[in-house]
Amino acid sequence: MSKYLDILLYVQIGLSLICLYRIIRGPSIPDRMVGVDIFGILVVGICAIIAVQTGKSFILDIGIAWIILSFIGTLTLAKYLTGKKLNE
Amino acid sequence: MNNIISLIFITVGILFNLLGCIGIIRLPDTYTRLQAATKCVTLGCCSILVGVLFWFGFSDAGVKALIAIPILFLASTVGAHSLIRGMYHFGIKMGDKSVRDDYKEVST
Repeated sequence: MSKYLDILLYVQIGLSLICLYRIIRGPSIPDRMVGVDIFGILVVGICAIIAVQTGKSFILDIGIAWIILSFIGTLTLAKYLTGKKLNE
Repeated sequence: MNNIISLIFITVGILFNLLGCIGIIRLPDTYTRLQAATKCVTLGCCSILVGVLFWFGFSDAGVKALIAIPILFLASTVGAHSLIRGMYHFGIKMGDKSVRDDYKEVST
């Protein structure tokens, strides 16, 4: 059963590498931001599978903090795209 | 028994993540890419967290997974909405095969 969890973890890490391909290759700025947004969600899945594997619960805290930081980063970049200053 | 249900949920979530990542690579347009990726990846990661909840039961780790699910739903959907609005104002063109643009009448 732990062997199967290893396979699932490697598949999830490979999917996040696909998002890195979009970040490197993307033709315009919003394509790269889409890649960063999706990468932040996939990392939460990696954290959840590692928490199942090791049985420790603090790894899920890292996932929750990563969601919130990724949300703030996405909102900031979206506001930069609309052309406003950050204090408007 | 709980472990088998949990592994089924995690496998289904990873299949949804795989569909979302194929969408990121293959779709022709930025808007369609963001749409496919956000739907599939949010549903997939929520399914993985439900699997974690089944694995641990209502201990501390299970309750943390239960708290992470609504945060993930709200943050990813609101972030994608504001990102797509910013993209429209930045001037990203839609793809060649798209037929109508309803947001143009609303925003002007």
